[in-house]
Amino acid sequence: MVPESYYVALSAVLFSIGVVGVVIRRNPLVIFMSIELMLNAANLALVAFGQRLGNLDGQAVVFFVMAVAAAEVAVGLAIIVSIFRVRRRLSVDDLSIMRW
Amino acid sequence: MAHVAFFAIGAIAVASALGLILRPNAIHGALFLVVNLGSVAALYLMLGAEFLAAAQVIVYAGAIMVLFVFAIMVLIPGKEETGPDPRRGARLVAVPVGALLLLLLAFVIVGRWNAPRGAVVPSGSAAAVGRLLFTSYLFPFELTSVLLLAAMVGVLLLARRRA
Repeated sequence: MVPESYYVALSAVLFSIGVVGVVIRRNPLVIFMSIELMLNAANLALVAFGQRLGNLDGQAVVFFVMAVAAAEVAVGLAIIVSIFRVRRRLSVDDLSIMRW
Repeated sequence: MAHVAFFAIGAIAVASALGLILRPNAIHGALFLVVNLGSVAALYLMLGAEFLAAAQVIVYAGAIMVLFVFAIMVLIPGKEETGPDPRRGARLVAVPVGALLLLLLAFVIVGRWNAPRGAVVPSGSAAAVGRLLFTSYLFPFELTSVLLLAAMVGVLLLARRRA
């Protein structure tokens, strides 16, 4: 039986990798995938905490996170596609129009 | 035995996550992410969350990644990242910042490494999770359907070709 702390530690590693991925990449699709990585790391931590505490609420929350992630990916990819349609380029450095 | 399996799956998960953020080609990144999601599903199984492992494979590795691969094929990205990076210095700061975040998280986790354990080990079967979702979490569950409908309408509106 592997202690739950190991799972939480692994989830911290995956989350940090996702954070670094969001910052160092220029392609918005890869940035989106790094965000999925972070969501997954958080889900893993939630399941591990739920097992440790002996209740199922963590797993119910993970279910909702999955549903929200599905909606987020669909809307986000649609936004990226429509930006690409207007600008014909796909780099986050070009998308500074809303900066103050 | 369980420890060996955990470390093997954990190594696969970390390696595929690094592959996602380090490979320049987005389609390779998508395949690495599928591997990562699959290994996390295996970890869910090891934790006894059978329903979530199945949902992870179906929803994440199936539906969401198909959407990603489809978008990558439509947009044909990759050209943007081959040229020299004008902000390379600023981006490389991310690595120490990420290491610092990891250190902070490790500090919090190690501080509670031997936290008290609950009395029972819950079953993560579809029956148990479903019973919870349709009793305590009934209202959020119904809201999820509204959220997915709103996302669907929004995507249709965004993706429609302007006349």
